[in-house]
Formats: sequence, structure tokens, C-alpha cells
Amino acid sequence: MPLVKSVRAVGHRTVDIVWRVGVASRFLFQTLLQSGMSFRRFNLVVKELFASGVMSLVIIGVAGMFVGMVLGLQGFETLKRYGSESALGSLVALSLVRELGPVLAALLFASRAGSAMTAEIGLMKATEQIAAMEMMAVSPIARVVAPRFWAGVISMPLLAAIFSAMGVFGGYVVGVVLIGVDEGSFWSQMQATVDFQADIMNGVIKSFVFGFAVTVIALFEGFDAPPTAEGVSGATTRTVVQSSLAILMLDVILTAFMFRGA
Amino acid sequence: MSALVEINDVNFSYDQRAILKGINMSFGKGKVIAVMGGSGCGKTTLFRLIGGALKPTRGEVKIDGQVIHELDERGLYEMRRKMGVLFQFGALFTDMSVFDNVAFQMREHTDLPEDIIHDLVMLKLHAVGLRGTHDLMPAELSGGMARRVALARTVALDPMLILYDEPFAGLDPISLSVVGQLIRRLNDALGATSVVVTHDVQESLKIVDYVYFIADGVIVAEGTPDEIRASDKPFVHQFVHGEMDGPIPFHYPGATSYAQDLKVSA
Repeated sequence: MPLVKSVRAVGHRTVDIVWRVGVASRFLFQTLLQSGMSFRRFNLVVKELFASGVMSLVIIGVAGMFVGMVLGLQGFETLKRYGSESALGSLVALSLVRELGPVLAALLFASRAGSAMTAEIGLMKATEQIAAMEMMAVSPIARVVAPRFWAGVISMPLLAAIFSAMGVFGGYVVGVVLIGVDEGSFWSQMQATVDFQADIMNGVIKSFVFGFAVTVIALFEGFDAPPTAEGVSGATTRTVVQSSLAILMLDVILTAFMFRGA
Repeated sequence: MSALVEINDVNFSYDQRAILKGINMSFGKGKVIAVMGGSGCGKTTLFRLIGGALKPTRGEVKIDGQVIHELDERGLYEMRRKMGVLFQFGALFTDMSVFDNVAFQMREHTDLPEDIIHDLVMLKLHAVGLRGTHDLMPAELSGGMARRVALARTVALDPMLILYDEPFAGLDPISLSVVGQLIRRLNDALGATSVVVTHDVQESLKIVDYVYFIADGVIVAEGTPDEIRASDKPFVHQFVHGEMDGPIPFHYPGATSYAQDLKVSA
């Protein structure tokens, strides 16, 4: 009965997914509940801010600049057709602040810091460090997971802001310095069209949501990883794949909510 | 002498597979006890039951008069503060220095000022002979040194019960003997009770007061080291002398006979 078998397989898979979502939600709830220590001993969060935020600065900065440069080149090509090269500044800034900054920075954050979090916690589990902590009457959720969670949530909007700023600088270098767009109109157009509430704050909200999602996925996958070499490598892969999909899916939803229409 | 740990008729099954079947043990205060048996006999399960990481299917584990599986999370954590556990490969926190590893519990559970923590950590490290390693990272230590640092961390808060999970696994002969002696010395200095889960017969018989042998989830033999050495029980004899065949067979049983596998008539 191959049909029954495949229906059963779909059923099993669905139950598995629902089960995992439930376990992950409980994990998130516990993390939030046990976050007190992270705020009482903020140095724990600062240490993780360094690991996930500061250590991601180079890749975020360089990537942001390259993206801004490409935007400068492509934007100039397109705008020239309509004779509106002077709008290059607003095109670069709006694309970055509203969309590319939060999304690309989150994708990079997932692969740089998210995978590192999963691997670190997975290996701590495989080498019994998590079990040792529990046996020392210290909750690993409060001591290991919560500081990393808050570090991820705090650093993501900051990294996205740096990505966008570097992107604007990249766009300026290509558009103004190399191609020769008028510097005054580049900056004044940008200033006139970028709205703090509708553009910058919406971008910040997006990056905050992405940071939340990526960090929860990375920490849960690490904490839930089977304590073997394959287990940890599988969990790291899942972190990158699931985070990337979550970022893109959440981006659609958030953009739809933030869309003001005609 | 009264017992610190009492294990009464403990049964444990995992996925309907019985791992421990009616285990009864009693660990007196101040004693070092070895729990021995081959790989997969249920030693580690017993270890986890004592630590409260697992709940018995039937029976109870009592520590200092309290039934472990009846404690709530807070009670269990309170109990664990009085326990020290040495994991198989030390389980040192790899992102912290040796000093911070030993200081970990003091910082988490006490309000001691940093200069007192410094002195206590140095005392503990001195007791295991590794005061000079305090600013090294765990990755810079040899296997034997890491095990000794982990031992210092285990006894950081002077526990009343110390559990050792395979403390001799993968050590060279010198480290093996050093760790063995330290287990005995620290236990006597602290007036604690130590439970050593191991399959290293020769080393543990030198340092322990009493031995339990587990096979297939039941206690097959018990006694003092002298009684164990003199035992003529086939299982104990095979285990102590490391014989290839005996009650624990060399060949893993298969569904078909050797002759059938080779397709020859028996």
C-alpha cells in the first residue's frame, strides 16, 4: 500500500514539525523567563555582544560597501535613461535602509554569528559542558542561552545600521567620486526623500525582528543538536537554511504591513 | 556508619528496554565506592539517576534522607549544590581559563569577594598540583591535567557527595595513578562520599572501600577489594583478569549459526 505509506509519512513529518515548533516555543519562553541573570550581570551579555556583534563588523561593513557600490552603478544606469541621475542618492539610501540593509545584514549575521552560536552550544553539549553546568546547579538556559539571545537581538539592528551606512558610502564613492554625479544633489535628494518614521524606523523594526528570529533559531538548533559530530554539523546547516528562509519570509510579511499603498 | 546514598529497588527502562532491574545499594559516609561493569551495563544510567538527571521507573534514590525524584527543580538544584560531578573527559568550559573554571561555582553560588575566591581557587588548584596552570586555557592542558583541573572544579564548594564518571578513561599510567590517589585523598580530606563509575579494575581496587559489579542491569557481585580479588564467581574472575571469554561472551549472538553463515553443514 504505497499510498497509505506516503500519507503516513506526511502525517509523521507534520507531527514532527509541529512537535519541534512546540519545543522551540517552550525553549524561547524559558529563555525569556530566565533572562534576569543577563540583566543583573550585563557583562555576560557584553561578552556575547563582542562575539556575535563586534566580530561580525568586518564582514558587515565590507559587504555593505560592495552592495552600495553595485547599487550606485546599477542605479546610475537605470536613472540615466530617465535623466534623473541626481536621484541616485535617494535610490541608494532608500533601497538600503528599507530593504537591503536589514535583509542582507541578517543573512550575513545568520551565516557568521548564528552558525557560530549553534556550533558552540552544540559542541558544549557534545563535550558535556551543558550537563556539567546543570549538575553544578546552574541553569544553562540562564547562563549560556539568554546572554547570547539578548546579544543577538541587540546587535542585529546595529549591524544593519552599519551595513546601510557603509552602503551609502559605497554608493557615494561610485556615484559621486567615480561617475561624477553632482555631490550636492546626491546628498540633498537623499535628505529630502528618506523619512525617519516610514523608512528608517521600519528598517530598524525589520532588523530587530530578523535578529530575534535568527538568534532563536541558532540557539534552539544548538541546544537541541544531537551530541555527535554529525549532529552538530547538521544543526549548523539547519540554522543557516532555516534562518535565511525565515528572514525572507518575515521580510515579505513585514513589508506588506509597512506598505502604504498609492 | 549511616548511609549517605541509598538506592532502593531501582528499575529503569528506556523505550521499554529494561536497563536497570531492581538495584539496591548503600553508600556510607566517608567511603569511596566503585560501581563497575562492562560497557553498556547501565553504569552511566545509575550515575544519572543519582544526579537526578533521570527518574527511576520504579524504586527510589535517597541522598541524605531525601528522595531525589520527588524534589522539584529548586529542591534538585539545592541538592546538586552539595554534590560534585566529574564527567568522563572533565567537561571543562572551553571558553574560560583554568582559574575561571574552578571559580565558576563560587561566583555563581556565593557572594564571596574576588580576593577570597582567588585564594580558594589557588588552594583547590594546589591540592591537585596544578596551581601553575591557573591562567592557561583548557585547550592548552594535557588530558590528565584537564581531568585534574576538573577535579579541582568538582570539589570547589566542598561537596558531601562526589560522583566520578569514568575518571580513568584515556589516561596514561602516571596520570591514572595520580587521579586515583587524588580521588582518595580529596574524599578523606573533605569527609565526603565518592562514587566512582568505572571499568578500570586494577586502579579502582587500589583506592576504593567497596565495589559493586553490574551486568545486564543487576548487581552480580559486591564486596571489599580483597573479597573481589579473591572471588571465584565466573563473572568477577573474567572481569578482574580481563579474560576474553566467559559469562560475557566474545561473540555477539547472531540470528544464524556460524555454520549457517558459512553455508557448510554442521
